[in-house]
Amino acid sequence: PSQGIKSPVRLPREVVESSSLKVQELLKWNGWGYNDSKFIFNKKGQAEFTGKRYRLGGMVLPTFKEWIEKTFGASLEHKTTSRASLNVNDVPPSVVNEEFLQDLRATKISYSQDAEDRVFRAHGHCLHEIFVLREGMFKRIPDIVVWPVCHEDVVKIVELACKHNLCIIPFGGGTSVSSALECPEEEKRTIISLDTSQMNRILWIDEKNLTACVEAGIVGQDLEKQLAESGFCTGHEPDSMEFSSLGGWVATRASGMKKNIYGNIEDLVIHIKMVTPRGIVEKNCQVPRMSTGPDIHHFIMGSEGTLGVVTEVTIKIRPVPEYQKYGSVVFPNFERGVACLREVAKQRCAPASIRLVDNAQFQFGHALKPQVASIFTSFLDGLKKFYITKFKGFDPNILCVATLLFEGDREKVLQHEKQVYDIATKFGGLAAGEDNGQRGYMLTFVIAYLRDLGLDYYVIGESFETSVPWDRVLDLCRNVKERIVRECKEKGVQFAPLSTCRVTQTYDAGACVYFYFAFNYRGISDPIHVYEQIERAAREEILANGGSLSHHHGVGKLRKRWMKESISDVGLGMLRSVKEYVDPNNIFGNKNLL
Amino acid sequence: MKCYTPVIYKGLSPCKPNAIKSAVLQSEQVQYVIKQLAKEMGESPDIIQEEATEILDEMGHRMQLGAVRFFAFTLSKIFKQLFQRVCVNEEGMQRLQHAIQEHPVVLLPSHRSYVDFLMLSYLLYTYDLALPVIAAGIDFLGMKIVGELLRRAGAFFMRRSFGGNRLYWAVFAEYVKTMLRNGYAPIEFFLEGTRSRTAKTLTPKFGLLSIVMEPFFKREVFDTYLVPISISYERILEESLYAYELLGVPKPKESTSGLLKARRILSDNFGTIHIYVGQPVSLRTLASGRINRCPYNLVPRHLPQKPSEDIQEFVSDVAYKMELLQIENMVLSPWVLVAAVLLQNLPAMEFELLIEKTLWLKGLTQTFGGFIEWPDNLCAKKAVLSGLALHSNIARLADGHVVLSDKGADDGAVGEVVFRHALAVLTCATYRNQLLNVCVRPGLVAIALHMAPSFRKEEVYSCFSFLRDVFSDEFIFFPGISLKDFEEGCFLLTKCDAIQMSQQEIYPTDKGSGTVSFLSAMFRPFVEGYQLIFRYLSKEMKEAFTEKQFIPGVRNFVFQLLEKGSTQCYEALSSDMQKNALSALVQLGAVKKKKMPNGFTYHVNQEAVSKILDMFDARIPVQKPVAARL
Repeated sequence: PSQGIKSPVRLPREVVESSSLKVQELLKWNGWGYNDSKFIFNKKGQAEFTGKRYRLGGMVLPTFKEWIEKTFGASLEHKTTSRASLNVNDVPPSVVNEEFLQDLRATKISYSQDAEDRVFRAHGHCLHEIFVLREGMFKRIPDIVVWPVCHEDVVKIVELACKHNLCIIPFGGGTSVSSALECPEEEKRTIISLDTSQMNRILWIDEKNLTACVEAGIVGQDLEKQLAESGFCTGHEPDSMEFSSLGGWVATRASGMKKNIYGNIEDLVIHIKMVTPRGIVEKNCQVPRMSTGPDIHHFIMGSEGTLGVVTEVTIKIRPVPEYQKYGSVVFPNFERGVACLREVAKQRCAPASIRLVDNAQFQFGHALKPQVASIFTSFLDGLKKFYITKFKGFDPNILCVATLLFEGDREKVLQHEKQVYDIATKFGGLAAGEDNGQRGYMLTFVIAYLRDLGLDYYVIGESFETSVPWDRVLDLCRNVKERIVRECKEKGVQFAPLSTCRVTQTYDAGACVYFYFAFNYRGISDPIHVYEQIERAAREEILANGGSLSHHHGVGKLRKRWMKESISDVGLGMLRSVKEYVDPNNIFGNKNLL
Repeated sequence: MKCYTPVIYKGLSPCKPNAIKSAVLQSEQVQYVIKQLAKEMGESPDIIQEEATEILDEMGHRMQLGAVRFFAFTLSKIFKQLFQRVCVNEEGMQRLQHAIQEHPVVLLPSHRSYVDFLMLSYLLYTYDLALPVIAAGIDFLGMKIVGELLRRAGAFFMRRSFGGNRLYWAVFAEYVKTMLRNGYAPIEFFLEGTRSRTAKTLTPKFGLLSIVMEPFFKREVFDTYLVPISISYERILEESLYAYELLGVPKPKESTSGLLKARRILSDNFGTIHIYVGQPVSLRTLASGRINRCPYNLVPRHLPQKPSEDIQEFVSDVAYKMELLQIENMVLSPWVLVAAVLLQNLPAMEFELLIEKTLWLKGLTQTFGGFIEWPDNLCAKKAVLSGLALHSNIARLADGHVVLSDKGADDGAVGEVVFRHALAVLTCATYRNQLLNVCVRPGLVAIALHMAPSFRKEEVYSCFSFLRDVFSDEFIFFPGISLKDFEEGCFLLTKCDAIQMSQQEIYPTDKGSGTVSFLSAMFRPFVEGYQLIFRYLSKEMKEAFTEKQFIPGVRNFVFQLLEKGSTQCYEALSSDMQKNALSALVQLGAVKKKKMPNGFTYHVNQEAVSKILDMFDARIPVQKPVAARL
């Protein structure tokens, strides 16, 4: 195959670090996040987090090793190592017909047929995908990567794809955890990975209406950084916001940590422009609400790249809040914690974020505590521990913690804080300080790095989520965790797994629950298969307990089998008919969702 | 004093019986029904709430360790008096101990005697296991002090029928479910609903079972263990009482003074009890892939919901499965074999022949998978003799012959003679009946071989299938798997060389004709009895009738025939058989059952019943869709 153009023809106006064409130089090619940030065991055998990007960077975590050994039965002696770099010879060849390439060159849009570029865009971050990167190779990957820099470029690419009957798979931040980015093995046509990363400009900001029109390829943290320069923010902060893109949020119906103030993506979006094989779909005005039949935005949001490419989004913005304050509350047990969150939701006084972690996750968070600098702090910690466990009688193996984030005017925040803590007191909660709260939120960003460490020591794991009515939260959490433990036992997993959950969002009628699940796979010949069976069983359990198929990760190809059950035959038919009209030749053939 | 520290459910939040009661009253489920009833009846909710409190007080248990200790002490004395030995499978107790910690447990013992639940509680206490709360019939409450004691030992009481009373149902169901969800204690009840008077397993009742399964369906618990328990008595405490009852002499109401009179039996010997605690069955495993989960997701879980057909079918299947597991682990004493042989050789049988036949039957039973308690070194003669000694009230040895002990049957009025003899036959049948469960599949094949006009497989199967339908209330068959039962019956008969099977035919071997006729003779009382009862219904019952009219009517009818000597089928006098036969006709559609304000009435379709009778006589071929797999 002919070599693609290696350097971009037209450089984007503002080169932001995370949006260069060669993102893989900055990010790991076979794991999560930045190359320079990872967990390691240093020469003394102590865990350490490298890099300077996170608060945890450069810190030693003295109790972490013990935790990992105790929790997983893992040992530093038993190590697996990923292959160091991509073996280009393994990579399936790029098959692109010359006529299309000629047409493409004529558009002056950057493209590449380089193996590394293509492999990087052949996957998301499901466990099996990372495992393949470390030890194997995908059967099918994109044949070519294109980098449109604006809406018009996308129109041209889609037209060419239709003309030559090729398959397009849109690619944003690549943080999918639903197998949505995997190429269907049976796809015979050339697969174009349409990388939106160069469409990353804020086109305009409308301060009167508090909206901003943004190109869909912009990555979360860049969007917030750039808006902040004008004193604004969107407030949309999914845990993946360092890497995930605006278009990706729209395509998966994303949810942000601070949705209690800013709303989820469907509340934030005012206008969407999407290029489809049938043409461009958009509304004629940018209004807060309209009654013109079913909202076409809802065909687009959650369409997971099956209908077209989102190119521009008008999104609500807010002034950057004056004041932020973290907080945390310890509860004697998970039941009381959930009851408290329910009450907070009932009174509709949830802070920007409120999360409740179960005991296993509390202990996990504890294991990630950095070495304390002074004797004084360690003395204070000891005192706190004494107060909670001995004086208040909390069992350290049962208690759980809620982390809080307040945002807004200083005065209102303090008032709000008091209201929430008062409710917490009624449920036996004890305020446990800002520090614990802040560390809790920092950990959400760092925790994703842990899987790579685990993989080095025979520990595999993943997270998954659901939403559930309030009255079933406890039953669902207990049953799903138990199901995981049981399935592991049945499948021959030799050490009890880590099976833990947290309530991450509260709503009027229910909550979002997030599970972490990991186990030591030594002694199992096909760990990924076992893992997938267990994850599937856990999902079955969620559904049987009245939980949803997904709250915000989406369906992709990973959870397709349950779609019919989730939205009924007719519902599925409705979605299919839209697909059939918009994309009759299945140009957007990633096979997600339907 | 014994140190009693039972293992408990890992998720247990400890609470007092009264806390459970108030949790039940305050539960959304009960409150919902209270509000509904208040609205419908225009009453104040407070009044209905009070009614609910009363129901709960009447029902609830007050388990106290003191009472339990008292019971344990007394029972150990009494049991030692009554029984020679109590044998328990230790590994079953260990499994149970493990199960109790893991998930809520439901104990499902077989029910042959009042001793059942006393013995079981005593046993669990002895093994340091959590004492069960027991659903007992409310008639126990009539026993003043004992009722109260039972309550303190963990019994809770349910009315025998409360179908129409929504408040009662709601309170009762919630009470049971609350105890289950909390893992408060194992719940114990009898699938059979009442003591089997015939020692045959009764068809299961579904109400309580569906209540205890619901928390799992709604995922309020992760799983529930169902533990089948088989309790086998070498001699049943109530044996003669049962025979009277079956013959229509009303059963004495449970009363404390009655119990005192029962003390007379303390001087008697009732042999060995075998208790087999079965493998705990995970409800989750049973339900996996069977239950559509949607219905419970779309309605708040506290609203009363009629279970879907799927669920009802599942509950019924589970009930049958549990009973079959009970049956599988029953222990048969040698006397059971003696009784089976003896009943085919009345009025008298030569002692040596009886021994020989008993030994032969032992082999057959073991081939069929029956578990006989027959020590290796015990010679047949000793076994039969010790059986005769224990059951001297049933049979005795006279002049080298074994005869029934039907005292007074030789003299007196004809009616009296028939009654005496019937008593003896029915008591003896109680023991033979224990063997029927093991033999029923090959037994029905044996009868079908006699009934069918030829040895062609499909004709034999048709007859088998017909018999299985007719006897569906008499014996326990797993719903809907007629063909599988047939194949099992044939397999067992082939195994003991009684039949041979070719591609198209099934026929008895020369060697096996004895086995085949023995088996059909064993079931002949049922075939003949049903025919008598059907004949009565087709001839005598022109108008609608109730069960209360039917039982004495058919009893008289059979009695007269016996007096005249035109039948020898004493077992047709058994009210149990009469009820089963009626219910079989209802299921076959030959009798219409209608719900009336004061119970059920029945209406016979004469033509349909005659047709069924003709099928028995093989006057018309049994017409059944033939299974393609044959």
